[in-house]
Amino acid sequence: MQQGLTSEAGSVAGLNNFEATIGENLIDDAKISVRHADVFYGEKQAIFDTSLDIGRNQVIALIGPSGCGKSTFLRTLNRMNDTIADCRVSGSLTLDGEDIYDKKMDPVLLRARVGMVFQKPNPFPKSIYDNVAYGPRIHGLARSNAELDEIVITSLEKAGLFEEVKDRLTAPGTSLSGGQQQRLCIARTIAVSPEVILMDEPASALDPIATAIIEELIDELRENFTIAIVTHSMQQAARVSQRTAYFHLGHLVEVGETSRIFTNPRHQMTENYITGKFG
Amino acid sequence: MVQDSNLGSHISRRFDHELESIRNQVLTMGGLVETQVNRGLKGLLESDSEIARKVVQDDYKINRMEVEIDDKCVKILARRQPAASDLRLVVAIIKTITDLERIGDQAEKLGRNQLELVDDGTSLSNYVNLEHLGELVSRMLNRALDAFARMDVEEALKTIALDEKINAEFEAIMRQLITHMMEDPRTIRSALRVSWCARALERIGDHSKNICEYIVFLVQGKDVRHTGKRDQDS
Repeated sequence: MQQGLTSEAGSVAGLNNFEATIGENLIDDAKISVRHADVFYGEKQAIFDTSLDIGRNQVIALIGPSGCGKSTFLRTLNRMNDTIADCRVSGSLTLDGEDIYDKKMDPVLLRARVGMVFQKPNPFPKSIYDNVAYGPRIHGLARSNAELDEIVITSLEKAGLFEEVKDRLTAPGTSLSGGQQQRLCIARTIAVSPEVILMDEPASALDPIATAIIEELIDELRENFTIAIVTHSMQQAARVSQRTAYFHLGHLVEVGETSRIFTNPRHQMTENYITGKFG
Repeated sequence: MVQDSNLGSHISRRFDHELESIRNQVLTMGGLVETQVNRGLKGLLESDSEIARKVVQDDYKINRMEVEIDDKCVKILARRQPAASDLRLVVAIIKTITDLERIGDQAEKLGRNQLELVDDGTSLSNYVNLEHLGELVSRMLNRALDAFARMDVEEALKTIALDEKINAEFEAIMRQLITHMMEDPRTIRSALRVSWCARALERIGDHSKNICEYIVFLVQGKDVRHTGKRDQDS
């Protein structure tokens, strides 16, 4: 009995070996650098000692089973977790060398620099135009109406939506289809000229065509923005990202070039997750 | 790294069955190919036209298996979108069965040439002794298939090394045949046939080597093709 217990405990430890992240989690010339981040919700620790660089003009996919901490990690990058009362973040998180959690860092300005797109499209109950104009207005990015028009139009163009909505900019944002609404939210995010876009399951509520359009858009946006995307679809991660990070139970298990992670992962847990095995 | 014990533990048990099934079919195909090669050799070495004819007749079985397994692999790629070791397994299988099918063709060649030698009124033993080359090739193929069945990288790498011996033996046989042909040009027709048999055996060695390389890719995700000295120099 004793024997059986020992070997069982041993094998679990072998699989749940979280000593260090495997692969290339640190890179040169990172846009966002995270070092030894711990995140707690009250007593419960959600992220353990995570260090990860997010490369400039790259798409990084964060994957892992539900509850692995990938969304929590994403939200620490623009302090969305500030709104949760008992959430604590420690460690060093920097955006172009600036401390994201510095007391002088204004979270509203931070979120203009690090924008976010959510799982469910959430247009404001306003017109298509006003949805996109909202951010530039509150941040005072346009000096005239003509300038605001231009920002709205270029944002809609970059989000691949302008052609479809140019004749009904005054129609409510909620009148659009799900895929269009999501692109409207992306247009709204890029209207304030962010440097980084965080996407939390941006296509999980969309059909395959709308998904393909969003994925194509992500690839185009990469030219001007740095993108971190959380996704449950492994194929989506494989299609859109250059680097992939695998999280498990709050630990960053493995990071690497997407093509390597999906053909030859090094950690057994990464392998089990992406091949759909028990583990 | 693929852990053999971990192959069949997908959440989808049907997927487990599908992968297990194509893997077993490759082993069956390998067995069939091995039988064909050994029969082809026996036909030649013992000048047994009965066996030679059987080898020629049975080649279609191998071709049919290749088509079947290929079809299953395409379906798995389309429906399961395998990743990591599953992807490497399917890719390695698609490549392995191509080489197995070609080995089958070479075995058929042995049979055909035996029948032609009989028509010429002669036999292999009048020219050279292919026994040693045949034995080397048969052993190499056997070990390659064994390494595939057990996903044994170490055995695969050792087996790859056998190819050099086979090539050396092939060269020696060619020198003997050239000597025959120079001494008596009337032997050219049959000596050429014998050289084709030797060439067929040498090719089987090459295909076995390929299969061993796929095993390394399958297990370790490393591509060891074209990494020999000659490839590095050019």
